[in-house]
Amino acid sequence: MAKKLKMASKNLNFYYGNFKALHDVHLDFYQNEVTALIGPSGCGKSTFLRCLNRMNDLIAISRVEGEILLDGANIYAPSVDVVSLRSRIGMVFQKPNPFPKTIFENVAYGLRVNGNRDRTFLAHRVEESLKRAALWEEVKDRLSDSALGLSGGQQQRLCIARALAVEPEVLLMDEPASALDPIATQKIEELIHQLKENYTIIIVTHNMQQAARVSDITAFFYIGKLIEIGETDALFTRPRLKQTEEYITGRFG
Amino acid sequence: MNSSRVETMDDFMPLDLEKEDKFIGNSEPGTSSSRLARRNFFQKLLFMLFRFAAGINGVVLLIIVYYLVTNGWRAINWTFLTQAPMDSMTRGGILPCIMGTLFLGIGALVVAFPIGVASAVYINEYARPGKVLRLVRLGISNLAGVPSVVFGLFGLAFFVIYLKMGVSLLAGALTLGAMSLPVIIGSSEEALKAVPNTYREASLGLGATKWQTIQRVVLPTALPGILTGGILGLSRAAGETAPIMFTAAVFYTPRLPKSVFDEVMALPYHIYVLATAGTEIEATRHLQYGTALVLIALVLGLNLLAIIWRFRLRKKMK
Repeated sequence: MAKKLKMASKNLNFYYGNFKALHDVHLDFYQNEVTALIGPSGCGKSTFLRCLNRMNDLIAISRVEGEILLDGANIYAPSVDVVSLRSRIGMVFQKPNPFPKTIFENVAYGLRVNGNRDRTFLAHRVEESLKRAALWEEVKDRLSDSALGLSGGQQQRLCIARALAVEPEVLLMDEPASALDPIATQKIEELIHQLKENYTIIIVTHNMQQAARVSDITAFFYIGKLIEIGETDALFTRPRLKQTEEYITGRFG
Repeated sequence: MNSSRVETMDDFMPLDLEKEDKFIGNSEPGTSSSRLARRNFFQKLLFMLFRFAAGINGVVLLIIVYYLVTNGWRAINWTFLTQAPMDSMTRGGILPCIMGTLFLGIGALVVAFPIGVASAVYINEYARPGKVLRLVRLGISNLAGVPSVVFGLFGLAFFVIYLKMGVSLLAGALTLGAMSLPVIIGSSEEALKAVPNTYREASLGLGATKWQTIQRVVLPTALPGILTGGILGLSRAAGETAPIMFTAAVFYTPRLPKSVFDEVMALPYHIYVLATAGTEIEATRHLQYGTALVLIALVLGLNLLAIIWRFRLRKKMK
């Protein structure tokens, strides 16, 4: 099966004020693959992830140079509407951040802001999204309870369901399991495996075992530069560069 | 100062060294047990001072309430709360004052709450840091520092005379509203700042616009704090005398206001009048205390309401 290019960053430079946080990043993301971004803290992997759905636009002093292509079109082009862009690229955050609303309203949120009011449609899509996020069985009897009453792992799967409900094409995950216990982490990882059937997934992680377990491609970042990228198995067993080897064997970071 | 001198002297005292030897097994090196005891004592002393300072607040309130209750409770009866003043305000009740103060407070809230919340949303959610924002902030903090009598004179010059509103409920409510704006903006801003940024990011990440994010996530989450601030602003406005004495309140009127252009009586101004300019200052002492008691009960009651309301809303969100 030929791989289909979904997203690509070309010559991407990113600045916080005068500080250059990303240097000339070239990176391709293929459909139905999981790409893991690894690297020590402050290496720019999260900054890069947030360029992919223009979440960095919120930072007043930030500046982007270069291009990020989604299906061949630059998402930083002036004609692009950032609101509709973000409904094509879903995001799951480091800490579970459900809204202080009911479980149902959390999942329905993205649909409602897009103007969907039809109750049967909403109910159908909420159920479907919760099933895809492997949470339906645990919450189906208490959809009108507050989402804040769920456990951390459940909250994170709810956030995944919330992102899926909008039917994005790409799913960005910023250390989605770093605040969870091992069992909840395992569930999230299994979920990522299932989700790649339908989505392009890009995940930032601090946990190298996790990158090895869930991803097809791994990209190693260091001080704002993309150092090495390759098939995950190859990168972890036979890294080409010394820096990569030192990081994945735990000698720094 | 004192304790540090004693501590350095300790180091040279043979007695303490002996003790140190004795306790060497279970104390940190260089820390004699007597020094530890002194540090603990010092800490306890300071905590007690802090506790005392915090306690003063409650005590002051208790003294005021006690004083008003013991002096004023005899004046409180059904007639006092439901009748207009009679016989040159030496007998009768204070109903027009209670209603006037309520109307003024609610009017001030109606004026100031939407403007205050909108300003806070602009400052906290939309404004980019820069000159404009600094100017707006400067304006607000200066507004908070303006003495209330200056607000009263401003209201007289601008609302009463220039805008030809006359001495009226409307002019008073607008003046009080202008005065409570900084309180409402301040507490609304606090409430908005307390909304975690991750909520905003999650909402925007799902394809919501900035306004949808504010309307559906930020404001509902901040609502308890915003409402509390509103009521606190209201209760402060209700107790003010200076801003209304030129703009809304009159010496005496038996009528309740029929429109916003009517003048009103008000509790704080009534107390002032009875205590300084009444015909029988000594004879109406109990009425003065009674009126003050009603005013403070109203203000404390509003604050209590705000606390209960916030508690309920917070609980509902969990």
